[in-house]
Amino acid sequence: MSDLIKIFVAAFLINNIILMRFIALCSYIGMTSDVGQSVGMGLAVTFVTVMASAVTWPIYYWILKPNGLEFLEILVFIVVIAALVQLVEFYLRKSVPTLYHAMGIYLPLITTNCAILAVTFDQITSNYNFVQSIVFAVAVSLGYLLAMLLLAGVRQRLKNSPIPSFMLDTPILYLTTSIIAVAFMGFAGLIK
Amino acid sequence: MKRLFGVFVNGLIVENPLFVIMIGLCSAMAVTTTVANGIGMGVALTFVLVMSELIISLFRNLIPESIRMPIFLIVIAAFTTIMDLEMKAYFPALSKSMGVFIPLVVVNCIVMGRVEAFSSKQPVGDAVADGLGMGIGYTWVLLALAVVRELLGNGTLLGFQIMPSSFEPMIFFILPPGGFLVFALWMAASNDLRRKLLAGRKPAPTQDSCCTLPDNSSAEKA
Repeated sequence: MSDLIKIFVAAFLINNIILMRFIALCSYIGMTSDVGQSVGMGLAVTFVTVMASAVTWPIYYWILKPNGLEFLEILVFIVVIAALVQLVEFYLRKSVPTLYHAMGIYLPLITTNCAILAVTFDQITSNYNFVQSIVFAVAVSLGYLLAMLLLAGVRQRLKNSPIPSFMLDTPILYLTTSIIAVAFMGFAGLIK
Repeated sequence: MKRLFGVFVNGLIVENPLFVIMIGLCSAMAVTTTVANGIGMGVALTFVLVMSELIISLFRNLIPESIRMPIFLIVIAAFTTIMDLEMKAYFPALSKSMGVFIPLVVVNCIVMGRVEAFSSKQPVGDAVADGLGMGIGYTWVLLALAVVRELLGNGTLLGFQIMPSSFEPMIFFILPPGGFLVFALWMAASNDLRRKLLAGRKPAPTQDSCCTLPDNSSAEKA
């Protein structure tokens, strides 16, 4: 149990996927102009990341590894995730229309979201077992949601702030991110 | 020939993938803690980009419109795998220090974006020129980031001591917040310069379909 908590805290705060590892930056900047949108995107990523890990882990350990096909990892994972996102989209549109309207619109963006692919690769390189992989996936995607929410909140304030003209648009967002990241460095001592 | 050169130069500054189109940023900030990593990543991405653009452009008339995305993905993933294995074989240390960012080239928006927007519609020569231009445009920005970060954060360049020994390295610059800061400042400089150069003329907005929703979101229609 304690190792699961360790994995969770490390992936959620200490190695926050956006602020500490620079993964999925483009949706981080692109989707945070509105708080509602950032939450929708965060939830969609959480949903797909957990599903993707639940699918890629068995594929790697039961199919690729016994047959010595580990080198196909990149090719297989990206195709599996793309297909999975497509299926989830069909399923949601048909069966759970309310959920589809809340987060289905973000699904096309998710195929090329590096966070999901990065999580599946990390699980393999860290030799996690199945339960650890799922906990790791949940923690990473909640970390993603947290970072999205933080920036979306700050952006509400930035709208009405006097910003030097050379910093307008994207540069000020990265400067803000830098300061948020400094705050997150404080979590580094949380786990020995 | 002149036209090809124009396509090539386009990616260097006018439509620089990192500063102007703003795609593929993840790897740009993550690997630039040292100049060597920056060069490695730049070469790796340029290889995947040029080869994918070449292949897609060759087969552009045979690929059915409706399933083009999965086909692009498979082509890109194949070249990423080749590049990943080459790196592991010939530059194991470099490959280790870049870690997950090598396989992540497969979802790098620069590759997907250029293949979709450019080489699926253009002849082979143009596609290769575009790939080279974009790849080198990406690499020089990585170098600009890496030089600042390695020099200030470690006092070295490519591993050689540059700063006098009395200089106390500012670790901040090789930590993640330093990456964001250096990128923000470089980008501010580049934007300011562009605004002055293009004063009066408004540059055509570039749409990146892989990071933001299109303006009239498809959900409303569905």
